[in-house]
Formats: sequence, C-alpha cells, structure tokens
Amino acid sequence: MGRNSKTLLRKFHQARWDEEIIFELSVPGERGILVPRAEDGIRAEVGDGISVIPNNLKREKPAGLPEINQMRVLRHFMRLSQETLGADIAPDIGEGTCTMKYSPKVQEHLAARHPGMVEIHPLQDENTIQGILEIYYKLEQFLKEISGLTYFSLQPSSGSQAIYANASIVRAYHASRGDNKRDEIITTMFSHPVDAAAPATAGYKVITLMPGENGYPDLGAMKDALSERTAGIFITNPEDTGIYNSTIDEYVKAAHDVGALCSYDQANANGLLGIARAKEAGFDLCHFNIHKTFSAPHGCMGPAMGAIGVTKELGEYLPVPRVKFDGKKYYLDYKRPKSIGRVRCFFGNTPLALKAYAWIMQHGADGLKEAAEISVLNNNYMEKKIREIPGVVVKYAEGKRRLEQVRYSWEKLMEDVGVGTDDVERRMVDYGLPHYFQSHHPHVVPEPFTLEPCESYSKDDIDEFVAVMRQISKEAHEDPELVRNAPHNAPIHNIPMPVIFDPEEMATTWRKYKRMKGIK
Amino acid sequence: MRKLGVIVNPVAGMGGRVGLKGSDGPDILRRARELGAHPQSPSRAVEALKVVSRLKDTIAVITYPAEMGEYECVEAGLRPTVIGYIRSTETTPQDTQKAAQEMAAENVDLILFAGGDGTARDICDAIGQKTTVLGIPTGVKIHSGVYAVTPKSAGEVAAMFLEGKLKATREAEVMDIDEDAFRNGVLTAKLYGYLLVPEEKRFVQSVKSGGVRAEAQSLHAIAADVIAGMNEGNYYIIGPGTTTRAIMERLGLKNTLLGVDVILNKELVANDASESQLLDLIQGKEAKIVVTVIGGQGHLFGRGNQQISPRVIRMVGKKNIIVIATKEKLISLSGRPLLVDTGDEELNQELTGYIRVTTGFRDYVMYRVGF
Repeated sequence: MGRNSKTLLRKFHQARWDEEIIFELSVPGERGILVPRAEDGIRAEVGDGISVIPNNLKREKPAGLPEINQMRVLRHFMRLSQETLGADIAPDIGEGTCTMKYSPKVQEHLAARHPGMVEIHPLQDENTIQGILEIYYKLEQFLKEISGLTYFSLQPSSGSQAIYANASIVRAYHASRGDNKRDEIITTMFSHPVDAAAPATAGYKVITLMPGENGYPDLGAMKDALSERTAGIFITNPEDTGIYNSTIDEYVKAAHDVGALCSYDQANANGLLGIARAKEAGFDLCHFNIHKTFSAPHGCMGPAMGAIGVTKELGEYLPVPRVKFDGKKYYLDYKRPKSIGRVRCFFGNTPLALKAYAWIMQHGADGLKEAAEISVLNNNYMEKKIREIPGVVVKYAEGKRRLEQVRYSWEKLMEDVGVGTDDVERRMVDYGLPHYFQSHHPHVVPEPFTLEPCESYSKDDIDEFVAVMRQISKEAHEDPELVRNAPHNAPIHNIPMPVIFDPEEMATTWRKYKRMKGIK
Repeated sequence: MRKLGVIVNPVAGMGGRVGLKGSDGPDILRRARELGAHPQSPSRAVEALKVVSRLKDTIAVITYPAEMGEYECVEAGLRPTVIGYIRSTETTPQDTQKAAQEMAAENVDLILFAGGDGTARDICDAIGQKTTVLGIPTGVKIHSGVYAVTPKSAGEVAAMFLEGKLKATREAEVMDIDEDAFRNGVLTAKLYGYLLVPEEKRFVQSVKSGGVRAEAQSLHAIAADVIAGMNEGNYYIIGPGTTTRAIMERLGLKNTLLGVDVILNKELVANDASESQLLDLIQGKEAKIVVTVIGGQGHLFGRGNQQISPRVIRMVGKKNIIVIATKEKLISLSGRPLLVDTGDEELNQELTGYIRVTTGFRDYVMYRVGF
C-alpha cells in the first residue's frame, strides 16, 4: 500500500459521504448548546438582557437556523473536510500566484488560544491592548524594511481591498493638488486582474497593456497610453507568467514623467523577499498579501490582510487610525484630516498580523531571503521537469528563467489528442492532488495552468506532483476518454460543466437552493 | 439520437500547393490538375471524422455520395446514411448547396463540412443560419471564422457539440476574397455573411468565462461606452460586423450587418452607405469612424468595409477612429498586430502604431496596428 516508490503515484480514493446540506440535518427543538441562565447578580444588574433590545430590532419570527446536536455538527464538518483537498492534506503546488506555503501550526495555536488574542475587544481602552498594538507597530516596521517604503497600514482585509485603498489614495493625492482631470489607470494583461477591477470599482477608466514576445508590455505602448489623464499605473511584477520585468524602473519613470503615481502589486512577493524592493524600482505605493507571502493561511475566501505601503509624501492619506508609538506606549492616531478614512472596521483581521509577525520573527532577515531563493530554485527545478512532459508548452520569453511561478499551457496536448486543461485538472484529484489554478480570464495563454512550488515543498513533493502530471499526459495520449471523464476516485464523479461555473445556476444560499428545488 | 451531416468539398485546397490562390471555377481546377495538384480535402476530412467516430454508436450520420462524404465517413469508421446524387469526379458548388439544404431539411443537429472560404459561402447561400455548422479547414483561403483551427480540433468540437458538452452557438464571419483579382495581385475581401457555429473554446475561450453570455455582456458594455462618448453634432460612421451592431441595437436603430451605417445625434442618417454617400455626409463636418476587427487575420480597414475608403479616413482623421473589440477577439490574434489595408500605402503607414481599443465600459486595451 501507500505511494508506489517507483512511479510516485498513489492508489487514491477519496471519501464519498454525499453529506447532506446542514439545513437538511435540522431537527426541530434539537440543540447543540444550552445557553446557561445568567447568575442572579448579573440579572439584578442588567435584567434578562433581552428586554433591552429595541422592539424595531427584534425578529418577528425566529431565524431559520439549523437545529442540530453537537456531535452531528462535528461529524458533518469532518465529513465535508474528508471530501475536500487542500494544503494540509496534499502538496498544494498547483495554486500558482496564491503562494500556498506552510503556515506553522504554532501560529494557529497562538491566534486561536492566546488570551491576549481571544479575550480582547477592539473597543477596549488602548492601554489594555498594548500587546496587539505592539505587534501591529512592529509588523509595520518589518514591512517598511522589506519594501523600502515609509508607512504601512494593515487595515485592508484582502488584496483587492488593498488595491482599492491604494486607488483611493492615488485619487486623494491628485485631488489635494487640485488635479481632478486624471481618470485613467494603466495596468497589464498579466497583472493580477484586480489591478484592473479595484481601480474600476473606485471609478477609474482602465487601460490594459498586452504582453509582447518577452512576456511584458512594450514600453512604447505604455508611453502611448500615458497622458495628463493618467492617475496611476497598477502593475504586478513578476507577472502571473512568472516573468520578471527587469526594466520596470523605466515604466515607473515614464509614468512619473506625466505626473502619475505608481502602485506595485506585491500580493505575491515570494520570489523577491530580501532581493528587490518597491522603493528602488521607484514605486510610490505597494501592497503585500499577508495571507500569501507571509504565511497566514490563504484560501476559501477566509480572513485576509492586504498591507498597503506608501512613500513619505503619501503617508497622510493612509486609512485611520494609524498605530503609533510615543517611546513609552502604543496608541491609535485618529487625527489625520487628509486620510481616505476607514476601509475596514476596527483593526482589520488581527490574527493575520500576529501570524505574519511570528513568521517573520521565526525566519529573520536572512531567513526571508532564503525563503525567496528556495522558492525560485524549487520553481526552476519544477519548470525543467514539467517542460519535459509531452503536451506542455511555455509561452513567452524563450530561454529566460522565471521567478517563483510559471504559467504553462496544455495547448499541444489539446491539439494532439483533444485533452485540455479542464480535463487534466479534473484528473489530478484521482491521484490525491488538489486541483490547480488555470489562469484568470480571459485566457491569453491557451489551455493554461499556473504552478508555484514555494519554499515549503520538498523535492519529493515536487517529484510527486510532476509524476502525476506526466501520468495524466500519458493517459491522455493512450486513453483520452479516461481523462475526459475524470474524476473517477473523487467524492463527485460527474461535474456538470459548464453549469458549475454559471452564477445563475448556482445555489449560493439555502433560500435559493429551496427555491430552485421547489422545497417549501 | 443526435444527427450529424457531413459534406466534403473534394476539390477544396487544390490550388494551394501549386500556387493558384484558390480553386473556385472549373478552369482553375483544370489548371490545378494539370500542374499536378492532388485533392487535400478528403484526407483532412477523414482526420476530423476519425475524432467524431468515437460517437459512432450514439449518433446518426447523414452524408452525400462518394467523395463528397461517403468515402471519408467510411474510412473514418462511421456508418453513414447516404442521400442525394452527384456526378462523381465532377462535383460543383451547386452540389454543396443542395447537400446543405437537404441536410437542413433532415433536421441534423450539426453540419460538419470540409472546404475553404468558397465552400463556406456556398453553405451560407444555401441555408443561412437555419442549422449549426462547423468547417474543417481544407481550402486554400481561410479568411472565414467558421473553421476550427485544425481538422482534429474540428472533429473535437463537433464531438463535444453532439455529446452536449458544448451547447451554445455563435455567429461567425463568412469572408471571401475575389480569386481572380487576387491572382492579379489585388486582394479584395468581402464580408459575405454569418453562419451559426458551436461556441468553440479556442476562439471564445474556456467555457468558464461564461461563454456566449459573457460575450453578449461585453458587447453591451462596449456599445454603452461608445454611446456614452458620443458628441452632439458629430457624424458616427459605423462599420460592419456583429460588434458594431451592438451599438445600433442599443440605440434601437436599424443596422446593416454587412454594410456601413451613419448616425447623427443618436439618430439614423443612412443605412448601407456607399463611399460617395459618406463623403457627401461628412464634408466639412466633425465625424468619427467606429470599426471592429474583421476576419481571422485582424483587419480594421480593407476587409468588408471598403466603403470607408482612404478619402473617408483622411477626412475624418486618425484621432477620430474608434476601434472596438472584445478582449477575446484581440487575444485570438495571438499577438499579431491589427491590420490596415486601405489600398493607400501612405495612409496605412500613418495608421500604424498603438491604438486604444474599446473592450468594455470604461475599459480599453492598447494594441499594435500594422500593415
């Protein structure tokens, strides 16, 4: 049993519980927790606690929540977890751009159990939460050093919110100079798509630059797009292809020449830690996804943190409050008249700041640089192996090395045997690997898949992943139907494509599910 | 049971190898044979049909006799029902048209046809958009968007469509060039019409992007952007195509799919205008040209919109040209530049460089123009 030591392939079959939706488990009157009655002393002080709720806030009918005993709830979620694949159960190398690195469990333990985290409230007097404020302050100092920029805010609670906040800062900066004509943002096709989406949400027109043969846009196209209407450029580097634009400073200079600001999307900075900084490339703003590069777990749209950094000149526009230190104690500074205001209630997602702080302290400056170097080495090793697999091609920048990730293409496999990236992705789970990330839309690289074996994964992990990819290519050539009809060993065999991706066909709430199924 | 119609134009592609730039017309065909040309079409059709043959037990196949489909189907392992009558070795465009009409009358789910631009035109004449079709590229000239990239991928798309894995269809361009003129060194292409083809992943991207619905939304967004930017008192010359049609539809105006329309203050001024009409209208006025990418090679001017002549373009001015296209369309050019072939070398030169293409509402892509 176990993994075949020669082929590195596993005879895998996942649990298939076909577990009910939790609402279907509801038994009227059943309870998981019986909330104790308040003690007499408390009742004497505040009454029953319920009668103080204003009438217009009270529900007329009880909320339609599932009523289930504790044991069944536990079983429910254990079963769901057995029907899922992720970074804690298999090498999650396929989620390129997401940096699925290991988040040490001690961080999780601290964040979930330390009284200084779980027994505090953001409305407490700041003198009584000095610990978490200190962590915010010190994490900001670390990020300043890593990026070279002057101030950071940890308030935005996702990468997209970070970019939205940066777009708001760009607007506040131009407005403060009486320059209200600038309504355009420039980005690139292989930048993270939110570099277009978040500024658009902030009200900007978006101009996208297409890649040239070297993988990044022609500087001439950028210069033609720049004008007195340009508010800023929002660019990822290395882009999703893994190609680093080493002439990025020229793009920044061209933007500065027309009075635009430059925002560096460093959501994934894993190939650059301790090696290259936003400041030296000339950027005015940047952001880090704490849940990618700094190990706080990433995924399931869970709590996130997009730390935004700015130059000295832009510091006054950062969100309020700022965490400061007067030499004796940490405090919150709200007196910032030019601030773009709050982008998130309280301090954002506090546990992420703790986890990132811990991760940086565990590694030290040398360790961060080593993490970057190993992530690039791992990627180069894996790229060599993946390129040898029949059916794989790699577009752009022929002969050049990439940093920490690569966007590959099954274009040749599709042409040769009619098996595409959707098919391969569905087959992976039959070998116990989580599905990979293809690419954002539209697909510029045909039949894409994007891999990122960051520093956490061993050579053995990478070899197993490559062995599965090679095996699927072999199957595609010998028995394409086997791959086309995958998965065979997963909880669900028949994945209804493309319905599964159609928002109108999805039941995202129990209410919608009932409506679609005609359940009363 | 799903029904597939198969039509092979056995002489398509004859002219290519011997440098004859097409094989439309009996004289050219004879010359091609004299020059030693062999039919390419049957073997390429078999390549596509072999992929389809994995469904041989679950679909019904209808085809035309002998080299027009029967031989190819059998070689690929299919068991077709043969209909119609032809004079073998002397097939004509009328045979293709008849075959398409008869298959449409049999209510086939898809007609898979092998040929080139001339064949697509025959099918378009015969059945328009009555039936979903897909081309196996075997001809010399492939300017039309109704063909899959390779014979194999044609088979793959056809199979997926018949299995129900691909359900949506889209309108694709039928283009044809004047072969006689082309042989004399002059390339004039005409946008001939539109056929209904399966939503093909390769052109419209992965099914996940939302397919036809996402494309329709993009078209609405592009039209909204153009309309929001319209200036009062300016003439808007709207070129042919389905992308520009979205503007007319959004304004509730009658549209000429294959011709040029003119708008002033969001009202219709002219349908299907000729060059001289355009010149008369815009003389001394502010005007703008709205064009989209026509044909698989990415032409802005010189394919299907010759009414917008060098004189018209010069009168309007380069800075007043609005180019609109979906991002998917731009990506399908695989990095090749947009092309201008106005017939005026100097003007072509002036139009090159980077142009801002409207790809959505307040959404643009910088794209290179060459010639």
